[in-house]
Amino acid sequence: MNPFDYVRVESATAAITSGSRAGAKFIAGGTNLVDLMKCDVERPLHVVDINALPLAAIERVSGGIRIDALAKMSDVASHPLVTRDFPAISQALLASASPQLRNAASIGGNLMQRTRCPYFRELTFAPCNKREPGSGCSAIDGENRTHAILGTSDACIATHPSDLAVAVAALDGVLTIRSANGERKVAATDFHLIPGRTPHLEHDLRHGELITSLFLPDAAHAQHSAYLKIRDRAAYEFALTAAAAGLDISGGIIRSARVALGGVGTKPWRARAAEGVLSGQRPSAELFRAAADAELQAAKPHEQNKFKVELVKRTLVRALTDLAGGVA
Amino acid sequence: MLAVLSHVNAPKLQKPQRTQGGGGGEASSNLAETNYIPFSDGTIHYLGQHIAVVVADTLEHAVRGAALVRVTYDPKPAKTSLDEHRASAKEKGTQQSPASFAKGDADAAFASAPLKVDQIYRTPYEHHNPMEAHGLIASWEGDYLTLYDSSQNIFSVRRTISQMFGVPPENIHVLSQYIGGAFGSKGSVWPHVVIGVMAAREVKRPVKLMVTRKQLFFTNGHRPATEQRVALGANADGKLVSIIHEGFGQSNNVCTFVEAFTASTKVIYDSPNMRGVHRGVDLDLPSGTYMRAPGDSTGMFALDSAMDELAYTAKIDPLQLRLINHADRDPLTGKEWSSKSLKECYAQAAERFGWSRRTPEPRSMRDGRDLIGCGMASANRPSHRAPASARALMRSDGTVLIRSGSHDMGMGTLTVMTQLAAETLDVPIERVRMELGDTNLPQTPIAAGSMTAASVGSAVFGAATELRKKIAALDGVDPATLDPATYTAVLRRHYLNEIEVQFNAKPPEEDPYSSHAFGAHFVEVAVDADIPVVRVRRVVSAFAGGRILNAKTARSQGLGGIVWGIGMALLEQTHLDTKLGSFTNVNFGEYLVPVNPDIRQLEVILVEENDPHVNPIGVKGIGEVSMVGVAGAIANAVFHATGKRVRELPITVEKLL
Ligand SMILES: Cc1cc2nc3c(=O)[nH]c(=O)nc-3n(C[C@H](O)[C@H](O)[C@H](O)COP(=O)(O)OP(=O)(O)OC[C@H]3O[C@@H](n4cnc5c(N)ncnc54)[C@H](O)[C@@H]3O)c2cc1C
Ligand code: SF4
Repeated sequence: MNPFDYVRVESATAAITSGSRAGAKFIAGGTNLVDLMKCDVERPLHVVDINALPLAAIERVSGGIRIDALAKMSDVASHPLVTRDFPAISQALLASASPQLRNAASIGGNLMQRTRCPYFRELTFAPCNKREPGSGCSAIDGENRTHAILGTSDACIATHPSDLAVAVAALDGVLTIRSANGERKVAATDFHLIPGRTPHLEHDLRHGELITSLFLPDAAHAQHSAYLKIRDRAAYEFALTAAAAGLDISGGIIRSARVALGGVGTKPWRARAAEGVLSGQRPSAELFRAAADAELQAAKPHEQNKFKVELVKRTLVRALTDLAGGVA
Repeated sequence: MLAVLSHVNAPKLQKPQRTQGGGGGEASSNLAETNYIPFSDGTIHYLGQHIAVVVADTLEHAVRGAALVRVTYDPKPAKTSLDEHRASAKEKGTQQSPASFAKGDADAAFASAPLKVDQIYRTPYEHHNPMEAHGLIASWEGDYLTLYDSSQNIFSVRRTISQMFGVPPENIHVLSQYIGGAFGSKGSVWPHVVIGVMAAREVKRPVKLMVTRKQLFFTNGHRPATEQRVALGANADGKLVSIIHEGFGQSNNVCTFVEAFTASTKVIYDSPNMRGVHRGVDLDLPSGTYMRAPGDSTGMFALDSAMDELAYTAKIDPLQLRLINHADRDPLTGKEWSSKSLKECYAQAAERFGWSRRTPEPRSMRDGRDLIGCGMASANRPSHRAPASARALMRSDGTVLIRSGSHDMGMGTLTVMTQLAAETLDVPIERVRMELGDTNLPQTPIAAGSMTAASVGSAVFGAATELRKKIAALDGVDPATLDPATYTAVLRRHYLNEIEVQFNAKPPEEDPYSSHAFGAHFVEVAVDADIPVVRVRRVVSAFAGGRILNAKTARSQGLGGIVWGIGMALLEQTHLDTKLGSFTNVNFGEYLVPVNPDIRQLEVILVEENDPHVNPIGVKGIGEVSMVGVAGAIANAVFHATGKRVRELPITVEKLL
């Protein structure tokens, strides 16, 4: 760990001022930042504690709900507004980490958490373009069982680790971001970036900007949504594959469909190709499989994660099947 | 910062004498990496090796200091892949535990056998990961050292440090009273112990040194990856005529350890012809070491998978096949068993499990979306015992103090020994107290090989028996008729405040019997037909480990072993990047062990045995037998569920897709 100073701020303005200093980092639950500081991956000079900000509410607002950035994962997971109108969000959170971590970790921090790629986190002597731009990628022909198959580049194939972010991407979440210049809104699907040639740039958040809240719009497909996560052990593991899906079915026809995939993308993977296949069609096993095939056409697996192509298809088919009441 | 020590400025240490076998008995030194004295030269044998230590006034300063150390490397090509270097596999056994065995002509018998199975099985690198990381506090006063060390082998630590630092063993006091898990990883003296002791001597202050979780993946041993061939030849009725078990595991240049996966093969099934050999492939990787049920757990996965394959080839029920090949005597040595209740284990566990309700065809049992499978396997672990001493003291107020070096790593040594002493003396357990984990107490062996209960138990039993005799002798009465209620009266009558004896228990030089704990596992798995992640629904296991001193702690050992077996079968593996020569999933987030929802219904049946031969107290070790065979039983259940034979652990989803 490197020397740093620590300041606790009480207002968003103070947070932004403090957080805009060179080398400053916000800390919320600390469950990701502190880990990475111990691994010597994050080396902030100033740690700005934002936990005292009044940003922990979960409220109904016009057209949807607003979840403030410091709301705890556990509080959001069990909130009636969330469990009733956005079940995929609650399920994604409950499938994340452990109860202790969920009690400590915030929504803002969750969306900002960094990849679990071991070369990035632990093996800091190894080349990693994300940690040290231009040094190379150790995973591409190294240990890559857990890595991404969608949105990869020759520079980086790291998986985005968040479950919540996948459900948020599916359900058209919008982030409110604040800086000295005021507020701006960013669609969750535009917030995270694919690596391209710049894997160290992970999201649309400039230095000193603060995420203040997440908005989730009401929709029939959101009310009828689910999150399915597949992993080696029954709990407390990041996704091998995951699917967030919402279907609005009436009169036997899928009126609207929302799909995002987890564990397979370099960012939370909104599956628009799959949605295109599903919309306006009658639910069936063949349709679900066709939707999955369409989305995975672009998949680019590596040596150890070839299985994810088929596994994520089956994960999505299962999620859709269960949402459609077991048509398959 | 107080000091930076490395090969550049470290004091020269002596190479300790070593004894064969690594068990760390009475006089042996037990440097884990026999051929490497920490900081003795600038050679780096493997990635992760400790190359310098920074001592500072706080942990933060030390960590920061370590980050500022600049190292220049002179790179050399490294051998890191087991597969690529398979041709260099060689026997690395010792006289006490040879790398090979043979009886009859196994190859000829196999060639002409009517039924055959001949397959390759693989097991991955695994790490012990005790909750309590390795660590120590070393404090020198002149030539006297007090060392608090998380160790399951304190007397060997004393011996090794004494030899390396050139001070008499009497000057060294090693304490290890509470241990947060060890599983074999704390049985040897790893480099950090030597480094910590050295650092304390150099800075002339007490030094605390903790190994980090990440470092533990490189510097304190692991279960080496193996590749094993098992060839079974049988007659049409399923009777084995040949067992061949051979292969290799990772080893390295600085350590003699090789995973002895053929150990159980010598013992478990009867065959007129058998041969086995385990070889080591020296790679430039960290050192392997003993990890709970070393050899047996990896070897029995292969052997019992092959037995299951043979059962399907022969169209014989897997349990029936084991009964047909039951060894009525030790198959290799021909010795009689000191006792053996394997058939009872099979029978009781099969009955409780409902084995007879299993339909033999693979993929024939379903529950909704899940394919259901049932599998079984045998368990075995030799009953070791080593010399051990204990003292028993009674005070005139009737309280008893038992003292014996020994170790309690959480398995209940304190509880069970206290109980045994109370029982032997026939006094209420509240009056008995035990002290252990201290080299000032009577000497005991390493707490490993499931031998603590047998070794230390024999000493405690002996000491308590002698104490009773000594009290009886005061009045010249027969100890058998001495009323325990009168102990204090006898002592007072003879104006004694206390009375004490020491007992040194020794196993016989030549044992006419072969002593083993045996067991059987029956497992039910559910595998989703589309998304084939394996979940273990139910395990029923029966163990026969001689006399059970304490049913609660024995059952806990059983449960713990089964849980570990489930982890071994489905989750545990340390990934190795062969280009870097580095393990990669080096934290608890990515090194997977079972969590609560992975563990459903477990049942442990303890089959009581009366074994008059194994040792004075009739106990066999049960700390490890419980995990032997679990992985094989699960692999067999997975085959029954899915029709897919997975011959490489762990059984993860991609192997079943
Ligand atoms: C063992 C383990 C297992 C886990 N398993 C899972 C899992 O299965 N699924 C899953 O989704 N997650 C998992 N996690 C990750 C966990 O969910 C995240 O660590 C957590 O959500 C981060 O939230 P935090 O509040 O602790 O963030 P912090 O650690 O405090 O911050 C993380 C980052 O976000 C930034 N940040 C925080 N808040 C804001 C804000 N309001 N505006 C701008 N930037 C901000 C910080 O500067 C920092 O860079 C696991 C973590 C661990 C340690
Ligand atoms: S996948 Fe990305 S994070 Fe991992 S080593 Fe390659 S560049 Fe680094």
